[in-house]
Amino acid sequence: MTILGHRAPLTAQIGIVIVVFYLLTALFGPWFAPYAQSQSVGDTWAPPSAQMLLGADQIGRDMLTRLIYGARMTIGIAAATTVLSFFIGITLGFTAAVLGSWVDVVLSRLVDVILSIPQLILALIILGVFGSSIPVLILTIAVIDSTKVFRLARALGMNIAVLDYVEVARMRGEGLWWIIRSEILPNTSAPLISEFGLRFCFNFLFVAALSFLGIGVQPPYADWGGMVRENAAAINFGLLAPLFPAIAIASLTVGVNLVVDWLLSIDARPSGAQAEM
Amino acid sequence: MSDDLVLTLEALQVETITGATLVDKVDVTLKRGEILGLIGESGAGKSTIGLASMAYARAGCRITGGKISINGVELRASTANARRNFRGKSIAYIAQSAAASFNPAMKLMDQVCEAPVIHGVMSRADAEKNAKFLFGKLQLPSPETFGDRYPHEVSGGQLQRAMAAMAMSCRPDIIVLDEPTTALDVTTQIEVLALLRDLIREYGTAGLYITHDLAVVAQIAHRIMVLRHGKMVEVGAAKQILEAPRTPYATALVNERREATTLPLIDPPAGAEQLLTVTNVEAGYRPGTTVVKGISVSLARGETLAVVGESGSGKSSLARVVAGLLPRRSGDVKLAGQTLAPVMGQRPRDVLRRLQMVHQMPDVALNPRQTLQDIIGRPMAFFFNRSPSQVRERVAELLTQVGLPADFAMRRPGQLSGGQKQRVCIARALAAEPDLIICDEPTSALDPLVAEEVLKLLRGLQDKLGLAYMFITHDLGTVRRIAHRTAVMLRGEIIAQGPTAQIFSPPFHPYTEKLISSVPEMDTTWLDHVLADRKAA
Repeated sequence: MTILGHRAPLTAQIGIVIVVFYLLTALFGPWFAPYAQSQSVGDTWAPPSAQMLLGADQIGRDMLTRLIYGARMTIGIAAATTVLSFFIGITLGFTAAVLGSWVDVVLSRLVDVILSIPQLILALIILGVFGSSIPVLILTIAVIDSTKVFRLARALGMNIAVLDYVEVARMRGEGLWWIIRSEILPNTSAPLISEFGLRFCFNFLFVAALSFLGIGVQPPYADWGGMVRENAAAINFGLLAPLFPAIAIASLTVGVNLVVDWLLSIDARPSGAQAEM
Repeated sequence: MSDDLVLTLEALQVETITGATLVDKVDVTLKRGEILGLIGESGAGKSTIGLASMAYARAGCRITGGKISINGVELRASTANARRNFRGKSIAYIAQSAAASFNPAMKLMDQVCEAPVIHGVMSRADAEKNAKFLFGKLQLPSPETFGDRYPHEVSGGQLQRAMAAMAMSCRPDIIVLDEPTTALDVTTQIEVLALLRDLIREYGTAGLYITHDLAVVAQIAHRIMVLRHGKMVEVGAAKQILEAPRTPYATALVNERREATTLPLIDPPAGAEQLLTVTNVEAGYRPGTTVVKGISVSLARGETLAVVGESGSGKSSLARVVAGLLPRRSGDVKLAGQTLAPVMGQRPRDVLRRLQMVHQMPDVALNPRQTLQDIIGRPMAFFFNRSPSQVRERVAELLTQVGLPADFAMRRPGQLSGGQKQRVCIARALAAEPDLIICDEPTSALDPLVAEEVLKLLRGLQDKLGLAYMFITHDLGTVRRIAHRTAVMLRGEIIAQGPTAQIFSPPFHPYTEKLISSVPEMDTTWLDHVLADRKAA
């Protein structure tokens, strides 16, 4: 099977199916969800039945409905976070690479300072101070995550910024923004796209982790990490409930990684085979 | 007698894994002690043949047909292990860039001794003794301790000689020399060439000498094979190829090379207005080091000033000072009477427009993601605010002017050859309608015939548009072709400058004389004469 002119191996095809399935669920799922997301329709941890295909959660809400709404929340926050983090990281990283000297020193050391604090602790502090609303959540994760994007973008940008065609643009007197947009970004897009897929996964696990700790997405909104936490007690009774959101998290992570592996292999594929010995 | 043949390649066929043919049915035979020169432009397949003679193909290539025999043993039919036994022992390889071929983390002695010890030819102690002997033969400084150094601690010419010692360490029957002197300065090249030749002759080694410079191969080869696009064009005795080539392509190569030392010099245009004046400029990269020392040069409209020197002489740094890429510490740079700010960022847009640059490596001077339309059109939009339709028209005009089809506008640099890319760089410089173009070795990455065409183009544009060129180069043949006036640089200083004809005729500055006499000539006895002259002097 070929996709966009590149042969996709079976693993990539599986990954694409998983990712597309969750994306469609996030976009259109609520139209098909059997119940409302905060509607209590059964007993606590009711077992799967014809009315509730995956059973009920700890206060009797339909698990399938919660998973569908959770997809929108979890994937939406992760996507927004990753886009924002890439915007910040790429802009500052390329700026540091192009301007160099003190701009580079200041930005790089600032990033080192942020990186030196464990990111979960940092997120806990910020969310504890500002309270956990969805915009604050997105902004916090994006800023923390952008430090890693910054490091990658700066390294990639430095490789390009020393090339003669960038020197020609500088000699012409082009501005910083034009150099970043026209000369550097198009020549670093492949590794950045792969990194985008990876960081999307990390962010989405990070949201799940924060929700699990109780400072992520707040009730009554559904999100997968929060759902695992709310239903965790069911494990003690040998019930399946927490496994469904956990499986959703695990399978999306695997799916995205399969796609990213494929994208990376396209980028890194050598132009020829091994040398003839 | 077939016993005498140490290497035979029969109907050798090498292809890329995508099916393109790199070497097409080439036959090579090498007698004991004979040296065959392989001549051709890039892409002619000469390096591929050199590697294939060891039954090796680069990543992405495959040997798909023919026979490769060393001392009567067919290598393609042998196992990989058997082939490995030949490499380094019976056939050795000297690569073009010694700096990139040595392991920077190992001492030279360990690397030179590796092959004889692994092949079981000598014990480590004998190998070291042998290596020291070879270091002495190759006139490396203090041969007893030379091997204790790391590759970065010795100069390029010394490293190339160390690689020769490594190749000769097993006393191979055949040695493949892949452009061994191309990366060296012209004055170093002559020393390395002489030492290599003497060593190979003394050991009676047969050799494949791969180069693009006919005059170099003339000094060392018994026979010459001319290659083009993977096919053999002509093969014959060295003297015959140099003096009476039979095929048109070989004739063109020979004539081009001959002109490098015989072309009449061009005189500066009279009475032209001064354009660029550099007075007493000092500059350096790090505090405390000075790479450009008190330099003064001047250049008139419509004139070409060649700045000549070897690597590290500061010629490129001088160009960067004029361009404002390297801020000067003191001195003055004036363009048409107006003092230029030391840093490019402080120069007004109009000054930036009037001074353009053409770089050495066209591959990295063009953004691979932009079309030629974007690349050449941008300066017009930027400096003159032209409308998109005006830009399109002018791009087509410029493409035609630099000798490219106007419908190339939608192509990207990856779809062009090296010479075409350099033409695009020139078109981009012209798009700004400059007064002065700084050309930083614009032809040294190109094949000789292509380079000649680019130089012709530059001269034609100069006559038509009255451009001035500041032309940085290490190649005196190029100077002869383009420069009205020449400045010779040595260790950051200008040691001689004036009209090219004056620089190229006595009385010489001793360094200029050395530089000029080091350029190989198309005569099989040239090297002997020069060495004899230098010994006498």
